[in-house]
Amino acid sequence: MTADSPAEAGWFAGLEPDDPEAAAAAIAEETASEPADWPKLAVEAGFASDAEEYYDRLKEATTVATREAVERAERADDRQLVHAVRTMDDCQRTANELAERLAEWAGTVDPDAGAGVEYARAIVDEDADRDGGVDHPRIVSLAERVVALADEAEALREYVERETPTVAPNLAALAGPVLAARLISLAGGLEPLAKKPSGTVQVLGAEDALFAHLRGHASSPKHGIIYTHDAVRGTHPDERGSAARAVAGKLSIAARVDHYSGERKPELEAELEERIETIQSRTADDESGESGGDDE
Amino acid sequence: MSELPAGVERRQFDGEERLATQGEPVYGEPTNEGWRAWNPNRSKLGAMLSLGMEAGLAGGDEETVLYLGAASGTTVSHVADFAGPTYAVEFAPRPARDLLEAADSRPRLFPLLADARKPERYAHVVEHDVDALVQDVATRGQARVALENRRFLADDGRLLLAVKARSEDVTRNPGDVFADVRDELSKGYEILEYRRLDDYHADHLGIVARPR
Repeated sequence: MTADSPAEAGWFAGLEPDDPEAAAAAIAEETASEPADWPKLAVEAGFASDAEEYYDRLKEATTVATREAVERAERADDRQLVHAVRTMDDCQRTANELAERLAEWAGTVDPDAGAGVEYARAIVDEDADRDGGVDHPRIVSLAERVVALADEAEALREYVERETPTVAPNLAALAGPVLAARLISLAGGLEPLAKKPSGTVQVLGAEDALFAHLRGHASSPKHGIIYTHDAVRGTHPDERGSAARAVAGKLSIAARVDHYSGERKPELEAELEERIETIQSRTADDESGESGGDDE
Repeated sequence: MSELPAGVERRQFDGEERLATQGEPVYGEPTNEGWRAWNPNRSKLGAMLSLGMEAGLAGGDEETVLYLGAASGTTVSHVADFAGPTYAVEFAPRPARDLLEAADSRPRLFPLLADARKPERYAHVVEHDVDALVQDVATRGQARVALENRRFLADDGRLLLAVKARSEDVTRNPGDVFADVRDELSKGYEILEYRRLDDYHADHLGIVARPR
């Protein structure tokens, strides 16, 4: 190498020119503190005959390295969970929207028109029985789509309930599999969730309210999606802020254990239960009087 | 109007004159005779050029570019259309999947999955003395990222920086955030021009600078 080249080597150091796998590994894993004139150094080292060939090899190596890293990240189980829970919500929402449309339309031909996915099921079943009911092929067909979407949402829920405990056992045990999957989805993955402070976990899903608060228009939100946790919803409104804080704290710890060690820690559930009992007993004690305002 | 780099032209699309480069379309942009419209609403660099900022880009096969925050490749694909070797650094795997697709038809666009705050993770790949350092990263400490990556830039090279105020602090007045960023940036750069990009991107500042 030339005298002015740094002691450090470029990604191509020690590589055979026709080994894209090793080249990709070097791109992904090696480091250097300072850049250098790599194309020139690579030609001098005999890695490529000229700059054009060097760039061709660089192109191949960076593409393989990036593709492998992307595929690894996307295959990760928490990514699958994120997609599944988002798709579940999409299917549910779309089924409900179409069911509303269906009820409106069917109401023009069926005096006993009901509402919701249930009514869609009734139309489909009646059609199978072929005795009365809605006799309009487009409406029946729409009802079939609604039912299929609702069934798909249900199948996705089963998938989420089955998979979440393997991806995040402690979080799933503490939050329930669906809420656990939603938290992972909102954070963008298990690792980002594990890295969030518990105050952030507490308001995940309440971003609108949080930003309104930060701009100074509103009070701070007490809870985001963790509102659906029984320990929060089952607590008297005056104490919900405390309950949400306690739940978020334990869920954060659970996510960290799941991401960094993966072992089960059943004591987390016991600790949370105990804490929630203490919080709920505050309002149970003075059921008759007005409770001291928790000014969160 | 400032001079556009070679390979970037104003062309007609549906009776409207727009910036355009030559290459495979990437994000559903309109095309016309091999030219693809460069949408300034989706690209901060596109907005800077549309607003007539003096970017100091020459264009052509000899020009080297390090692009930080390539995302799905919307902007960097245009850069690779008019420039030479272009290194595209993106941190998040999901957009990098789209970036790979945009890079497919561009033999001198090199995709790198790395954190722009850690230049030593790609200094063994990216060459030194690049002609332009383009930065559009939505992270806190955008000035620091630019200073950290100054090591790649040639002495007469240009930093083309899009600062997103909301990434620094959502609650502060963007004008105050921009003043702080310019202040910190001047530790390593001489700022040649800066301009709000609000016509195209709310609460963004475009900066052209050269190393001190």
